[in-house]
Amino acid sequence: MMPVKTFKIDGQDVSGREDETILEIARENDIFLPTLCNIAGLKPVGACRLCMVEVAGSNKLLPACATRVQEGMEVTTNSERLQKYRRMILEMLFVEGNHICSVCVANGHCELQWLAEKLGVDHTRLNYMFPAKEVDVSHYRYAIDHNRCILCTRCVRVCAEIEGAHTWDVSGRGIEAKVVTDLNTPWALSETCTECGKCVQVCPTGALFKKSRAVGEMVKDGQFLPYLKTMREVDNA
Amino acid sequence: MHREEFEQIVQAERDKHRAYEHHINVCTALGCVAYGSEKVVDALEAEVKERGLEHKCKITGVGCLGLCGNGPIMKTEPDNQFYQSVKPSDSADIIDHLGKEPVKRIHLPQNSPFFIGQQRVVLSNAGKIDPEEIESALAFGAYRALFQAATEMTPTEVLREVTASGLRGRGGAGYPTGLKWSTVAKMDDTIKYIVCNGDEGDPGAFMDRSIMESDPHRILEGMAIAAYAVGATEGYIYVRAEYGLGIQRLKKAIRQAEKMGFLGNNIFDSPFSFNVQLRLGAGAFVCGEETALIASIEGQRGNPRPRPPYPAMSGLWGHSTLINNVETFANIAPIILNGSEWFAGIGTKKSAGTKVFALSGKVNRVGLIEVPMGITLRQIIEGIGGGIPDGRAFKAVQTGGPSGGCIPQEHLDTPVDYESLRELGSIMGSGGMVIMDDTSSMVSVARYFMEFCMDESCGKCIPCRVGTAQMHELLTRFVDKEATEADLELLEELCDMVSQTSLCGLGQSAPNPVMSTLRYFRDEYLQCIAPAQEPA
Repeated sequence: MMPVKTFKIDGQDVSGREDETILEIARENDIFLPTLCNIAGLKPVGACRLCMVEVAGSNKLLPACATRVQEGMEVTTNSERLQKYRRMILEMLFVEGNHICSVCVANGHCELQWLAEKLGVDHTRLNYMFPAKEVDVSHYRYAIDHNRCILCTRCVRVCAEIEGAHTWDVSGRGIEAKVVTDLNTPWALSETCTECGKCVQVCPTGALFKKSRAVGEMVKDGQFLPYLKTMREVDNA
Repeated sequence: MHREEFEQIVQAERDKHRAYEHHINVCTALGCVAYGSEKVVDALEAEVKERGLEHKCKITGVGCLGLCGNGPIMKTEPDNQFYQSVKPSDSADIIDHLGKEPVKRIHLPQNSPFFIGQQRVVLSNAGKIDPEEIESALAFGAYRALFQAATEMTPTEVLREVTASGLRGRGGAGYPTGLKWSTVAKMDDTIKYIVCNGDEGDPGAFMDRSIMESDPHRILEGMAIAAYAVGATEGYIYVRAEYGLGIQRLKKAIRQAEKMGFLGNNIFDSPFSFNVQLRLGAGAFVCGEETALIASIEGQRGNPRPRPPYPAMSGLWGHSTLINNVETFANIAPIILNGSEWFAGIGTKKSAGTKVFALSGKVNRVGLIEVPMGITLRQIIEGIGGGIPDGRAFKAVQTGGPSGGCIPQEHLDTPVDYESLRELGSIMGSGGMVIMDDTSSMVSVARYFMEFCMDESCGKCIPCRVGTAQMHELLTRFVDKEATEADLELLEELCDMVSQTSLCGLGQSAPNPVMSTLRYFRDEYLQCIAPAQEPA
């Protein structure tokens, strides 16, 4: 039997199983935490740093997606400091790529855009980096526009953990890092891709999209996400 | 192997060593090799042969003797004379003067300030033994501590000794070694691993390299004792591939230790078994971070992951893993042999033992030193290091590499220990000490380290991936004297945000060089702010 812990999030008493994360319990109790790399059903990586929370007694911020609940912990999810850091993270994501919403297939259906609106990011003081990035449209059904990729690695994980193909991975490092298919071959030439399209559906932005979608037409399949989680639970049972 | 057998081997090796009237030990660690020490060895050997002294005088290629900047360095025994900048043409004179007055021209006096205040624990055998011959190491006490631990002590007793010694992690963060060991020992896991972190990559740091090149057996012995204490059977040494000589010597050492039965199955006829493998890093600095290092050993991309779970709980292939730095393992054998009290008596109360530092930059005596903790920075730089060359003035000392900071003149009397350095906004780090004189621009130094972090960021988490690049761009504006007040404000905000939100130590500490130079040399930043343009 899995022990259950009781603790506080923003002063509210909550309870969670020992193997659950702060993020899961927050969601369960309708407490909002912004996330981009996290997606229910895939292993957390703690990369986007948006869900960082303060825990009383620790001077370090902790990623809610990768931190297990503990008895008596007091979590703060929305202090002024956290809000400031979150806005800065979003600013960073906007300046490292080339995000032009008005011409994007995901305009209006983009998690990055939605979070920016929600957290009040309407301008940036950071320097736009205007990187020269590639677009791979070699595949007959799907395409990737690296200008819009935020390196959340959802595609990498869904492909490896759920589809079992491990077509996607990350190559390069630092600001040069990018997701690649196989060993950086054009997508159409990938020998491992099963064309299942899971990567396209989990992508939070317009980086991965189905071809023949015009501006604002790439709506990600909402039904698809809970399905992943169920599959994982069946798997673990 | 029984006690008698072990003692016999050791005695035989000691006798062999003593059979020579004179020993000439020439440093063949990388620094001196670069100065041509291998040719010196050849010339000395030829000279000895010509004079028919082969049975009286033994030439040995040894590990680091310390004063790397004046290499090749050599030492004669039992005369105990050091020579510096030795050339092959000096061989005849050196041999002529054995047992007599030293050769003045190249003599490095024993009372040179370089040696004053140094205490060799980790490097006690460096410069004495031939790192490529296990027999030579045995004559100087190698594997005696392992023998003692595995045959006379219980794992709990070993843990108690290490804990009581007060040893703290020499990789830089100073986590109590005994606590780490006992955590792994208490984990209920059927398979446990020992990992030695030899991915030294800070600019200006070459302590671990010297240990690997000078006394590889000391590292293996420390790992084996750790394995015995925590109940592990497999070990990995992760070394950056650039350390060719160190790797070659470690490989040889592992093979020789296996042959002698100090590694492998049923060590010293006990039920204890331990095997060691070498893994080479492919050049990513971030692989010095423990979770990235573990991923790299597993054959995956060297990316860090959030902790907890710490490697002690879930490390290599999900198993409980003890990971320590090269120098930490190199401290273990002396602690077992001499006892925890002896070790705790060296250094300060909270930072016990010695620390190896690599002195470089604008300092008269460049080299590898080992000093007791608690010595002041001034004693190191002005005493051992001999101060600043060319009559220039001291400006700052950089410790801890890209994770550390710059310490100015007014704090030179600070004792070197984990807490004091942290209070000054720097860290102990792995032991690189780069000394800068008044010609150095601190803004450029900060930009240099930021460029390093930017290049070495793995790109997984956004604050480090983009934050380091943004800070680098801002610092470039300062270097170009085109910065604005707003740039300074933004730079400080970025420093705070990146240090607070990054995933691993690389990102969390990347702003340190900027923050410490802003703290002590803010004027230099202000001088780089361009005067505001008059409105037209």
